[in-house]
Amino acid sequence: MNQTVKFYQTGTLTVGNRLLDPEHRTVQASEERSNAITCGHRACQGCGEALGARYAIDAALKAADGNLICVNATGCLEVFTTPYPETSWQLAWMHSLFGNAAAVAAGVAAAQRVKGRNRVRVVAQGGDGGTTDIGFGCLSGMFERNDDVLYICYDNEAYMNTGVQRSSATPGGARTATTPAVGEAPGNVFGTGKNVPLIAMAHNIPYVATASVADLHDLEAKVTRAMGIHGARYIHIMVPCPLGWGSASHDTIRVARLAVESGLFPLFEAEHGVVTSSRPIRRKVPVTEYLKPQKRFAHLFRPDNPHGADALARLQAQADENCRRFNLLRAEEGK
Amino acid sequence: MLKQIEGSHAMAEAIALCRPEVICAYPITPQTHIVEGLSAMVRDGHLTGCEFINVESEFAALSVAIGSSAAGARTYTATASQGLLFMMEAVYNASGLGLPIVMTLGNRAIGAPINIWNDHSDAMSVRDAGWIMLFAETNQEAVDLHIQAFKLAEELSCPVMVNVDGFILTHAVERVDIPDPEQVDAFLPPFDPVQVLDPASPMSMGAMVGPDAFMEVRYLAHHKQMQALDRIPEIAAEFKAAFGRESGGLIRCYRCDDADTIVVAMGSVVGTLKDMVDTRRAAGDRIGVVSIGAFRPFPLEEVRNALMGARRVVVLEKALAVGMGGILASHVRMALRGHPNRVYTLIAGLGGRPILQPSLNAFMDRVAAEPHYDVHFLDLREDVVEAEIARMAAERRSGPIAENVLRRVAALGQMMLPDAAVTGDRP
Repeated sequence: MNQTVKFYQTGTLTVGNRLLDPEHRTVQASEERSNAITCGHRACQGCGEALGARYAIDAALKAADGNLICVNATGCLEVFTTPYPETSWQLAWMHSLFGNAAAVAAGVAAAQRVKGRNRVRVVAQGGDGGTTDIGFGCLSGMFERNDDVLYICYDNEAYMNTGVQRSSATPGGARTATTPAVGEAPGNVFGTGKNVPLIAMAHNIPYVATASVADLHDLEAKVTRAMGIHGARYIHIMVPCPLGWGSASHDTIRVARLAVESGLFPLFEAEHGVVTSSRPIRRKVPVTEYLKPQKRFAHLFRPDNPHGADALARLQAQADENCRRFNLLRAEEGK
Repeated sequence: MLKQIEGSHAMAEAIALCRPEVICAYPITPQTHIVEGLSAMVRDGHLTGCEFINVESEFAALSVAIGSSAAGARTYTATASQGLLFMMEAVYNASGLGLPIVMTLGNRAIGAPINIWNDHSDAMSVRDAGWIMLFAETNQEAVDLHIQAFKLAEELSCPVMVNVDGFILTHAVERVDIPDPEQVDAFLPPFDPVQVLDPASPMSMGAMVGPDAFMEVRYLAHHKQMQALDRIPEIAAEFKAAFGRESGGLIRCYRCDDADTIVVAMGSVVGTLKDMVDTRRAAGDRIGVVSIGAFRPFPLEEVRNALMGARRVVVLEKALAVGMGGILASHVRMALRGHPNRVYTLIAGLGGRPILQPSLNAFMDRVAAEPHYDVHFLDLREDVVEAEIARMAAERRSGPIAENVLRRVAALGQMMLPDAAVTGDRP
């Protein structure tokens, strides 16, 4: 495919790759599809969250035949889509607080039930801070009550909206504004953090999945699958943040893909606490390929850092453990 | 229908008559019996068309309420004390979003030291959160205020907090007239939200508002509360026309005509004060009581008019602004600014300490000789605080108060309550 791809947006229609030959166009190019987020938002260039949210909510809208209400936690996504006095959202959308999106969504769902609006579905969304940290209590409550809400976490592994501070989703070794790359153990402390997809599974909710902006068809399929189920559902999407990760804006998809292909971010689905599918890695790459394009890990590669090699080995061990746990290398082994 | 009933259960019955569609519940003493009562009514089919949700915290309780109210459902929750503080962020959010949630606050002290008994510290901590705040004097009024609260909230798109004294009202069994469903239906129309989350008519709710409009949003929130100053007495009048009894309103005066001294208070203690007034009037003291029914919006004009003729105003309040003094008293002084009345601050009943007639009478007997600029404390154990103050003065780093006081009380085998409360003596 040698055709030059031009991406541009005019008016309220996302034109994108409509300039491609029809067989090369993605679903996003269709004039028929709904657009949850239209142009005019203020996300940074190369924002993984904007991309992930657009595909996730578009897929959810399609699955719900447009009957969707979306609740948004405070964070980048909320801020850049609703710059006063405008909004980029083309669906019923509500923002309340940083830590309560799951609970507000549970309330919205309760209102639909009591009003007999059975066709209206509810999605809640937030970043990793709003999900794994400050919103965790409300999220767990929504899970255990099995409220009819799909919660989507856009994970960029730190508090990006406030200037890249550590969250419980920040990986070991990563430099953030509150885990600076200085001192005896530079970057985020190893052995900390939480794996919310696994914690979600421990609630025995009907559906849990991880997804990545590196594979939008897989992401859409998982959202569609989740929308076909009632009860509490959780999708955790990795969305690189060029600003916070120190990666190039044009590398968002590449970095997200390397996270998957290294095994650091396994793609899987689980139903009622049991893993039902995982996406095999066809060509496993060393974690260093994923880490090197990101300035937040640059200190691990400095020759004067005596702990760099140890940190890299620990991250590689995590990736290897993910491959074993989710059986990600079966395609490679089958060669 | 007249019933001999616990206050909490009476309130639960009244709330059920208002046909709430979503109730979110989290247990905290002393409001728990209200939501327990509602849960039973939903389960046994007395209250239909209602989702009862057991949540994991008060923060979630009000957050669920925010979601269901924004989606157009009539929504109720209840809390107290620490629970109110735990949901604080959502308290401001609910009013900022203009959601007509009704919440009961079973008034209780705030720790540390942890204390489950009644005072108004919790309500006073959210006095500027944008909610309409009503105070009930009796369980009958608590029942009636809830019915009025939904009407007021939904007309003004503003949440309403109904304050009921913990234990004194919530746990008291007494005679209450529970209205008939038809009466309540006629008084309170179904919730017809102005703005609702609806896929058929999408809108963004709760978007960011910058410096260019935030001032105007806040100004208009204040304006709306000023509107409530008109609507609260109108709704109370409508209520009287429909149900035949006085309940609610901004303030209520008891034997205030020709009074030299007027006591101002909120909540159930007004009943105690009325008894005191009757006793003292019989002895020739020209004294009356003003009960503040609406603390937010604060009825400055009505309070001023009610108190202008009195030489002396004693504000009895169950809260203390630590480092400042009286809260309600500050409001009353604001109402009386420019007038020569003397306003006394009398802090009483903190953490559930009984407010007793002998103590009140003793204070009223000497009030003319007391300095009006001091903060007075009713039934404060002077020996305990003086010993602790002396100890603090003797040590450069004095350490926390509560443990030292407990140590002293334990060592001396002292009872902290005034003798009359311990022995149950009544005048």
